[in-house]
Amino acid sequence: MDPIVSFQGVTKRYGYLSVLKELDLDVAPNEKVAIIGPSGSGKSTLLRVLMTLEQIQEGIIYVDGQPLTHMERNGALVPADERYQRSVRGKIGMVFQNFNLFPHMTALQNCMEAPMNVLGLSRQDAQARASELLEMVGLADKMQSRPNRLSGGQQQRVAIARALAMRPKVMLFDEVTSALDPELVGEVLNVIRKLGDEHNLTMLMVTHQMGFAREFADRVCFFYEGRIAEQGPPNEFFTDPKNERTRAFLSAVLEAH
Amino acid sequence: MLFDWSFALEILPILAQAAVITIEATLIGFVLALLLGLALALARMSRNPFISFPAAGFIEFIRSTPLLIQIFFLYFVFPKFGIVLPALVAGILALGLHYSTYCAEVYRAGLENVPRGQWEAATALNLAPMATFRDIILPQAIPPIIPALANYLVALFKETPLLSAIAVLELMQTAKIIGSDTFRYLEPITLVGLFFLVMSLVSAALIRQGEAWLRRRRS
Repeated sequence: MDPIVSFQGVTKRYGYLSVLKELDLDVAPNEKVAIIGPSGSGKSTLLRVLMTLEQIQEGIIYVDGQPLTHMERNGALVPADERYQRSVRGKIGMVFQNFNLFPHMTALQNCMEAPMNVLGLSRQDAQARASELLEMVGLADKMQSRPNRLSGGQQQRVAIARALAMRPKVMLFDEVTSALDPELVGEVLNVIRKLGDEHNLTMLMVTHQMGFAREFADRVCFFYEGRIAEQGPPNEFFTDPKNERTRAFLSAVLEAH
Repeated sequence: MLFDWSFALEILPILAQAAVITIEATLIGFVLALLLGLALALARMSRNPFISFPAAGFIEFIRSTPLLIQIFFLYFVFPKFGIVLPALVAGILALGLHYSTYCAEVYRAGLENVPRGQWEAATALNLAPMATFRDIILPQAIPPIIPALANYLVALFKETPLLSAIAVLELMQTAKIIGSDTFRYLEPITLVGLFFLVMSLVSAALIRQGEAWLRRRRS
């Protein structure tokens, strides 16, 4: 099957520092990919360039067969402008480490804003969709609450519902449990599990939850210094890592837990 | 020379009429300052240097020259370029222009205080720049800066007597005319001073109330 996301020779630099180095990565539709690695290895940057929060310097990214970072003009591919990127990135949704909910809106309004403004849904339709999703993430009783009245776990579940309301094909999770108190991590992971079971969603998640990655992902990618140092199905990856860096990282992480 | 109460009472209606002009100039001037200030702040923050540099220069220029000179410039110099403005219009325009540069810096502070994550969330939801600005950024940037903006409203109000320099019939000018007609300055000038004092105190109290209300609403 054709990949739904394809990175081809992607390089991302901040000044002289290369955060992604000629990266190639294909993700199949409906695939769940866990991205792990030490901090500064480029794993968050991978999600951020895919969401067009950052622009890349070299290479090209395709989403659902369409170039995301480039557009066709007179038969040639030129760097995409803002307008073109908007037309492609609607297929992607993202959940952030710090939730980034809109603090001046209720949970329900957070989930209605983009469907009404971007997809052109009527207020009733947007509200129906938003309340259905908030129910799915277990927040039926918190719809009228502002974010500052919600716990971290609840806020992150609203953020997931908000992203889903745009019906993306690809969901990006950027360390979505890292800012949570330990006892709240489970409720968020449960929602992601449920999504994996019930929706045809491609998921890329940067995570430090090795147990969750092992149980949930179809593939684990280990990032090291802007490259994928090793990847494979979780059982193989965690029990028999080939790369020395992977082994060092895994033993360091497992020791910490 | 003692304060003549009956004379004060006699000129009160005339001054009250002039007060209407003062308040008018204040309000229209301030609305102008608010709108122009937001536009200036956005231009100043633009990533395009051909927009941000002139905006920064304009703000610096207006802030570094006296309001009185700007008023004179609009009223006496502009006609040389074929732009003839009535005194009141020139005065209001100068007030609005002058204070828009102060408002612009306040807006900028407010806008820069909205966390970057809010812009990123808006991008991730594919909101258009206009909608992002209107629905996400402004509603978070404005409430914290309302007290600072309101202080400029009071400051602008207190500078309206400068319009008397181009013979706008606001409070100060009217008091001066009464003075020169009757050779009594004590009563008209005192009453005008009192009017400004009372209005300023009332506005200050309102601003404090508003601040408290905003704080309650945000928590």
